[in-house]
Amino acid sequence: MLTNDIIKQRLTEKFGEQVNGFEEPYGMLTFEAPKEMNLKVLNFLFDDEQLKFRFLTDLCAVHYPDNVGRELAVVYHLHNLIDNIRLRFKVFTDINMPDVYTASGLFSSANWMERETYDFYGVNFVGHPNLKRILNVDEMDYFPLRKEFPLEDQSRSDKDDEMFGRG
Amino acid sequence: MTEHEHIRLPEGSIEKTTNTLNLGPTHPATHGVFQNILELDGERIVSAEQTVGYIHRAFEKLAERRPLYQITPLTDRLNYCSSPINNMGWHITCEKLLGITTPKRVDYLRIIIMELARISDHLICNSIVGVDTGAYTGFLYVMQYRELIYEIYEEVCGSRLTTNIGRIGGFERNFNNIAFQKLEKFLVEYPKVLKEFENLFMRNRIFMERTQKTGGISADRALNYGFTGPNLRAAGVDYDVRVHNPYCSYEDFDFVVPVGTTGDNYDRWLVRSQEMWQSLSILEQAYQKVQEFKGADAEVYHADAPEYYLPEKEDVYTKMEALIYHFKIIMGETKIPSGEIYFSVEGANGELGFYLISDGGRTPYRLHFRRPCFIYYQAFEELSKGSMLSDAIVTMSSLNLIAGEMDA
Repeated sequence: MLTNDIIKQRLTEKFGEQVNGFEEPYGMLTFEAPKEMNLKVLNFLFDDEQLKFRFLTDLCAVHYPDNVGRELAVVYHLHNLIDNIRLRFKVFTDINMPDVYTASGLFSSANWMERETYDFYGVNFVGHPNLKRILNVDEMDYFPLRKEFPLEDQSRSDKDDEMFGRG
Repeated sequence: MTEHEHIRLPEGSIEKTTNTLNLGPTHPATHGVFQNILELDGERIVSAEQTVGYIHRAFEKLAERRPLYQITPLTDRLNYCSSPINNMGWHITCEKLLGITTPKRVDYLRIIIMELARISDHLICNSIVGVDTGAYTGFLYVMQYRELIYEIYEEVCGSRLTTNIGRIGGFERNFNNIAFQKLEKFLVEYPKVLKEFENLFMRNRIFMERTQKTGGISADRALNYGFTGPNLRAAGVDYDVRVHNPYCSYEDFDFVVPVGTTGDNYDRWLVRSQEMWQSLSILEQAYQKVQEFKGADAEVYHADAPEYYLPEKEDVYTKMEALIYHFKIIMGETKIPSGEIYFSVEGANGELGFYLISDGGRTPYRLHFRRPCFIYYQAFEELSKGSMLSDAIVTMSSLNLIAGEMDA
């Protein structure tokens, strides 16, 4: 039976210090790797006879504006359907050069999910066959889910961050 | 006739052997706002390019400025054919984040609502496949039985389509007797209708010829395309979130996961049909389990989580403690732990996931919906390539694409 510890061990054996930041929030193994390594790690997780993470459940990005040099995180949720275990894999990238290799060669499902991620966060998936906007209009020239685009009118004082628990 | 009077065709037009057809965004044969630019060779599809996003409403952005309980109405509008499943999925995600455990009775009541939603969703999808193959009657006939389901929702939460049903921690009120009576009525009447509905289609020659061997996909490709739910099971993979990662006490129930073999339109139809029977069986078991609660236990309809569950209005007016909690919840004074969580439920058309990152603020730092039909719709080109236009229409409806969910 595959457990988080075994996965962690296999990954460290293979990639050493390059995979790091192991955590288990709410039981799901989470780790990160340098962004140049993303395909290597995904391929290893896919091909390894023991790991068999062959189902891409979800792919999305997160913006951390205060995280200088690694503002954007691309998050992969993978599922091993045989042993029924999930994991979360992250790569961080500089927002000024948000180039991350595409996973669409490995997972057909990544195609649209990467387009969506590009559409909202501007992550440039290198090698993607058709990287263009998917949900927003083609003419849009910004990436709306980035944190610098506030939802509310900033001149309003009755809806400041304090109202939302972030004083 | 002089040479002048001949019709002059544009240069190169005679060599082109395929036609471009713009199907959609609003087309009577596609149920929802989908655009497909099809390249046709006669009636055969050479290539298809889908455009989505016509009803994109930026739910993920909106959610970043809403307290947890105000996000429930957004989830209604994802797959609006089975809103209660989305609502429950969201509530359970929040409960996991907040560390709330719900009593068994709440779980069973939730299962009743979720399985009703699954039936109504599959019923719509299967009868729409009927419409697209030329059998309108079935669709009109089963509407009155979906109505029975909607009436049950109405008794519980007051609304029908966009339900906003339940709260974090349980339900807004206990099920009343009318709700249970309506459920009993449904359990008696519906099986006969479902049988009748199946008889109309299942061995119908015309229906079989229209749906068999069209829009098929292999298990391998389906997995690679991120298929989940009935569409994946029709291809022969028995992945069901209710069984693999049970939530809401699904492990207490005895049911079968139907699977198909070819993954074509007919198998998808059959899998949905069988799932309705399974849902009926789960409903019966759940109703029986709910009836077993006696005395004070039979009045439980929410978890004991005063910090997160809104107290009853009557208590707010008469009890100090309830007033304080009401105030704290509404003003966002209750503590939300920081952390990240991925939780998924078996939605009616696949694995509906919620990826929630909380930074301890009152609203999510980031919320991402894993919308099953957004992910598997990209396989449409592969499914329809080489098939007839009329088959592609059936494929589209048998995939159970819901524009609201796709565009989020």
